[in-house]
Amino acid sequence: MNDREFGFRTRAIHAGTPPDAATGARAMPIYQSAAFVFGSSEEAAELFALRSYGHIYGRISNPTVSAFEERMASLERGLGAVAFSSGLAAQLCAVLCVAQNGDHLVCAANIYGGTITQFGVTLRRMGIETTFVPGDDFDAIGDAILPNTKLLFAETIGNPSGTIGDIERLSAVAHERDVPLCIDNTFASPYLCRPIEYGADLVVHSATKFICGHGTVIGGVLIESGKFAWDSGRFPLLSDPSPGYHQLRFTETFGEYAFLIRARAEVLRDVGASLAPMDAWLLIQGLETLPVRMERHSMNALAVARWLQSRPEVQWVSYPGLPEHPHYERAQKYLRGGAGAIFAFGIAGGREAGRRFINALQLWSHLANVGDAKSLVIHPASTTHSQLSDVELQGAGVAPEMVRLSVGLEDTEDLIWDLECALRASSGQSSTGSIT
Amino acid sequence: MIVRTPSQRAALLDRSRTVTVVGASDKPLRPSYVVFSYLRTQGRFAVYPINPGVGEIDGIPAFSSLAAFAREHGAPDIVDIFRKPSEVVGIVEQAIAVHAKAVWFQYGVINEQAIQRADDAGMDVVVDRCLKVESARLNGGLAAAGLNSGLITSRRTSR
Repeated sequence: MNDREFGFRTRAIHAGTPPDAATGARAMPIYQSAAFVFGSSEEAAELFALRSYGHIYGRISNPTVSAFEERMASLERGLGAVAFSSGLAAQLCAVLCVAQNGDHLVCAANIYGGTITQFGVTLRRMGIETTFVPGDDFDAIGDAILPNTKLLFAETIGNPSGTIGDIERLSAVAHERDVPLCIDNTFASPYLCRPIEYGADLVVHSATKFICGHGTVIGGVLIESGKFAWDSGRFPLLSDPSPGYHQLRFTETFGEYAFLIRARAEVLRDVGASLAPMDAWLLIQGLETLPVRMERHSMNALAVARWLQSRPEVQWVSYPGLPEHPHYERAQKYLRGGAGAIFAFGIAGGREAGRRFINALQLWSHLANVGDAKSLVIHPASTTHSQLSDVELQGAGVAPEMVRLSVGLEDTEDLIWDLECALRASSGQSSTGSIT
Repeated sequence: MIVRTPSQRAALLDRSRTVTVVGASDKPLRPSYVVFSYLRTQGRFAVYPINPGVGEIDGIPAFSSLAAFAREHGAPDIVDIFRKPSEVVGIVEQAIAVHAKAVWFQYGVINEQAIQRADDAGMDVVVDRCLKVESARLNGGLAAAGLNSGLITSRRTSR
């Protein structure tokens, strides 16, 4: 053993996956087993009492899933991680680890729609209230934090606006009031940004996106820094005796591991949203190429964004990697190695032009996902938001002309060729494009 | 020597056989019990509680002091300390007197005078670390819990 600090690319390939101790298998085996035998009654008792480490039942942990968790913890510079069956399950369990009926959250507005409904509708029905505040209004965020507030939630990169969360300022506002900051780092991936390095206490991901990288898995993960003081008295779920665990106080017994142990042993155990071993294995595979993919994604996205800016059929392009973007400077600070794959542009001719554009594409896939090796596109006004009038669309913050791209890893020239053909079709021109 | 790096801690654990847990509790939710119980059931070390207030823990007789332990078992390899920082200088003096090879100050057990004294006496000194966590880092326990062990290796290890 030595003390070398290995780099990100090395850890993306090696962290969490030494050769299998039992067999010597070099690739991480898929431990497709629902349960694990105990060595003895005493060992079982130690495991159930959380005094020992090991696997009991696949809803709580599994060796393949643990390997994925450790790799994510390493890449995000966290103390540890817990994997879940989806990104929304990961953030639900992050909330449930610290908040209960009667508690309160503060969330940056303009956030992912799935988060708005999870917090604003489902959690509200369960008695956890959320105040949504513009993510750059730091005074208003501070004022929104109440004595029963348990979490400040924001995103690294907003969807689809490309706004960049000012993680350092958000963490300062939260920490001044003894509240942890949770960052959804899905769109950046740990390659472009490590929120813990800027003061975040919790990081969540939809692993479905860049972590998987190939559009094959629904998964999520929650990482904790281990630096937040959960024993301040604000978090009784972590510091009061737990009726769900024979009156254990997590902060007393587990110290810096309190949050992670509770997230697994109580929240994941009781919610049951565990990641499948096969899916964890695909995510482990995905992470090995995360650095090269994110560089290529960002390179292609920047090229496509610049090309779109030059087109008469395009009204505007909103990519944080372009100097015209209001958060360009912030992107330069927080995103290292590129500004990511996802951005939006406005197509001249509004909703109808958007419809014609989508229907004319041959290479870009029209679907509701991002972060795939394949280039993806969606036009909200004619799909997810098609029931709304133009006035209602504006109210929902979705412009009728807005098209969102998730730029994949194909040849840049082929992506631009397909966009050019479809833009011509959108404006009623001949759809035969040329390679530019 | 102040033990600071992962490889130094690994080497210390590797060459140690006997651990005395000073301040080990018989109350199941106390960290000192959790660490004692973990080390005992792992079987990696011979583990003994040092606590004048308890008779035995899980069938292992407790000793009233390090001196009482040493009269029966000789010098311990590691003296693991779960006591208030203000009380640990005296424990270090006892550890020196029984020729213990290392002193391990658990999380939050930080007393500069005691650290200096142990270091000056030639003992290995670990500060603000948990013996259970560092053992589990090396034996795969942390990894099994999705925790970041920091270990990167292409070598096959037996656990």
